Amino acid sequence: MKSFNYVITDEVGIHARPAGLLVKAAKALSSTVVIKSGGKSADATRLMAIMGLGVKKGTEVTVEVSGANEAADVVEIENFFKNNL
Amino acid sequence: MENFSGKAIYKGVAIGKIVFGSKEKQQVRRTKTEDTAAETARYEAAKEKALEQLQGLYEKALKEVGEDNAAIFEVHQMMLEDDDFNDGIKDKIENQQVNAEYAVAATGDAMAEMFANMEDEYFKARAADIKDISERVINILLGGGGLSRLTEPSIIVAEDLAPSETIQLDKDKLLAFVTELGSSNSHTAILARTMNLPALIGVKIDKAWNGKIGIVDGCKGIFIIDPDEETIEEYKAVQKKDSEKRELLKNLKGKKNVSKSGKKIKLYANIGKPADLGSVIENDAEGIGLFRSEFLYLDSDDFPTEEEQFAAYRKVAETMAGKKVIIRTLDLGADKQADYFNLGKEDNPAMGYRAIRICLDRQDIFKTQLRALLRASAFGNIAVMYPMIISVDEVLQIKAIVEEVKEELRSEKVKFNENIEQGIMIETPASVIMSYELAQNVDFFSIGTNDLTQYTLAIDRQNSKLDNINDSHHPAVLRSIKTVAENAHKAGIWVGICGELGADTTLTQTFLDYGIDELSVSPSFVLPVRKAVTEAD
Repeated sequence: MKSFNYVITDEVGIHARPAGLLVKAAKALSSTVVIKSGGKSADATRLMAIMGLGVKKGTEVTVEVSGANEAADVVEIENFFKNNL
Repeated sequence: MENFSGKAIYKGVAIGKIVFGSKEKQQVRRTKTEDTAAETARYEAAKEKALEQLQGLYEKALKEVGEDNAAIFEVHQMMLEDDDFNDGIKDKIENQQVNAEYAVAATGDAMAEMFANMEDEYFKARAADIKDISERVINILLGGGGLSRLTEPSIIVAEDLAPSETIQLDKDKLLAFVTELGSSNSHTAILARTMNLPALIGVKIDKAWNGKIGIVDGCKGIFIIDPDEETIEEYKAVQKKDSEKRELLKNLKGKKNVSKSGKKIKLYANIGKPADLGSVIENDAEGIGLFRSEFLYLDSDDFPTEEEQFAAYRKVAETMAGKKVIIRTLDLGADKQADYFNLGKEDNPAMGYRAIRICLDRQDIFKTQLRALLRASAFGNIAVMYPMIISVDEVLQIKAIVEEVKEELRSEKVKFNENIEQGIMIETPASVIMSYELAQNVDFFSIGTNDLTQYTLAIDRQNSKLDNINDSHHPAVLRSIKTVAENAHKAGIWVGICGELGADTTLTQTFLDYGIDELSVSPSFVLPVRKAVTEAD
């Protein structure tokens, strides 16, 4: 398993649109991507679950990537967060 | 049987099946499903259709309101494809053996509940999105739910109806409408009167009424749900009496509008689209005192072309065969909006960027309409009327633009009426005060009493809370009408009334006394007003 921490900079937090894009990005990878925030966690391929975390601006999330291709996939997901959130 | 009271917009009785407007959730029943695979397939098909609808909405919105506003439909598509949402639904169908509608409703409600309980306002508000997508799928599963797809004569019940929704309803199948919001002076209410539809507003609505039989009593202002046989018979008798009364009024057809002491007044009709011409002729109006051209703009996704407008104006002029047809130029803004105009939100739209103000600012739109109007003037007795005038300067600007358009047409050798009559609406206090000067510059006045009342009394006519003090018989309004009539006659021009007040038969005597030359009313009011004229002194 690979992981990274990221502080959300988007004004509205992880809102519907980037969450939807994240789902698309996560589904394209072979690894399992899990987002953890405030003691809760959500599978990154599940939109409602991600939104259900209610992540606001300034919140630090932990993203865990595991699978055969985790080394490359974690870079992809980290880039996604930097570009969209 | 239950009774609910509301405010009547149009007198008359309707009896029929209640259909809920699309903004209301349809009732979902839980039933047991044996063939769960077939039920899951039904859900999948409905979901695909919902996704298609959302894609269509997304593309339309993208074109008309830009990417930021269109994004919501993209989000709805993503939500509809969410694994948790879909797994929840399929799990309920397979393991609880319930119907797809119930599975969608239950899953949607649970997810909406989760969002509604979140702290952050943004996430809280997403509950509405979840409800929206589940209702879309449920409507597809139940077949229908949309406002424009009436399959049998129906009473429409909705929280509120926008003018564009009202106008899109199939007239033949619409018996009456009942809404919770709206005011008696909203454009939707005015449309109900134009369409002769019994209508009630201010009724606390209940979605459980969907599919039941209802009676709208537009005289007493009550809505009866699930009436018993006796009540239905009673109201059928009232309907019969109403139609007999209408027959009697028909005897007034062909009669002159002359009072007992010999005062004459012209009775014209107000219409919103060429399809209303039938009722103009049926009700024996002498002409059209107000043809609201904005429906050409509201029914369209883009600016109507000169040819489209010309065809509509020409049809009305030709059908009226030499009788006067007064066409009002574009009166958009305030509560009448077309997305492609991109008018933007205003804090005070009734006093904002609307009507002639748009036309003088965006002269390309205005000139297109003027060209169509002038060209159509070769085919009948067309007069043009400009709305929301506040100054002589505006009239001079308009006349200069009309001259330019006339010159263009002359150089193109296109036929039009060189002496086309041009008049203005008197609907602002400024135009009342300046009516003496304005009368020197136009061919006629038409008093728009709805806006004139709103601006004179400073009462928002859309606000139903103010209905009780919104008194169009206020002496300030009546005195304004009298002043305008006097100033028009001093300048030798004629003056009419095209607002709702024209149809108020308690004022017919007053208007005759003021020397008003013309009243323009909804077609269905022409004969009742004629009756009032013949009975007046």
